[in-house]
Amino acid sequence: MADPFVIAGREFRSRLIIGTGKYPTHQIMQAAHEASGADMVTVAVRRVNVSDRTKESLLDYIDPKTYFLLPNTAACYTAEDAIRTARLGREVGLSHWVKLEVIGDEKTLFPDNEALLEATRVLVKEGFVVLPYTTDDPVVCRKLEDAGAAAVMPLGAPIGSGLGIQNPNNIRLIREQARVPVIVDAGVGTASDAAIAMELGADGVLLNTAVALAQDPVAMARAMKLAVEAGRLAFRAGRIPRKSYASASSPLEGTIAAARVG
Amino acid sequence: MTIQLNGEPCDLAAPATLADLLARLDIDPRRVAIERNFVVVKRDHYASTAIEPGDQIEIVNFVGGG
Repeated sequence: MADPFVIAGREFRSRLIIGTGKYPTHQIMQAAHEASGADMVTVAVRRVNVSDRTKESLLDYIDPKTYFLLPNTAACYTAEDAIRTARLGREVGLSHWVKLEVIGDEKTLFPDNEALLEATRVLVKEGFVVLPYTTDDPVVCRKLEDAGAAAVMPLGAPIGSGLGIQNPNNIRLIREQARVPVIVDAGVGTASDAAIAMELGADGVLLNTAVALAQDPVAMARAMKLAVEAGRLAFRAGRIPRKSYASASSPLEGTIAAARVG
Repeated sequence: MTIQLNGEPCDLAAPATLADLLARLDIDPRRVAIERNFVVVKRDHYASTAIEPGDQIEIVNFVGGG
């Protein structure tokens, strides 16, 4: 059954979006991307090292024909910095998509939702496709959607924490109300976390650290691909209701056991 | 002339355009974006954009991130 993943009119093959940071080497990143089956990858926008030009470019290891590049505004703490970074990212990548981050706290990297909303409004007005990274708050997600966000990207847990989906009910509520794709962004630690996000109804999962810092990033990338697919299938298949007591799967009649005398 | 390049003071022989600056730094213009005094300069305007003393120039590229 066709189940296209569409954001702002653009269709993606994979519901897994994967990062490009923190891999042991560029070569391992490239192999992990391939194993993940993803066709969208995130990148950060940073100053060029003007005194040392010897470093290899990340883009030598990402084929633009295979991967759609999604620049982020990571490490921006004000709407103004995030807007400037988004504009620069558009110029490097020549696409008007941005993963919008406005960080509000250094320790948790939780977003500053007030500044995030402000930056979303400005960038939407400038024609950007804005994918905001936000807290798992249904009200904030609704406001972002009203501001013109092309998707909402609630966190499952703090960035890089690997804690998994901390508030499954909020993700479910966000999915219920949203008219745009819901992408769980951050907090995934292992494959089951990605599957849970998808089973809750998320349209996609964005992750980086869980793959990049796994002992075998390429194997973990494949695990994430399968988990996202499995979770999506299970969501669409419709799970059974939870019950407190057993309900036998095998017939109760015809057993050789002696009938109990009550 | 002295400019601010990626947050550091930088001496640059005048006159110079943004295209000259990239050539002197051996940077491929297709891989970067430039902001001059907080405004992004389009790639096809690098050769026609003169750098003035005191300009704040940011040259950025894509790096790994999540």
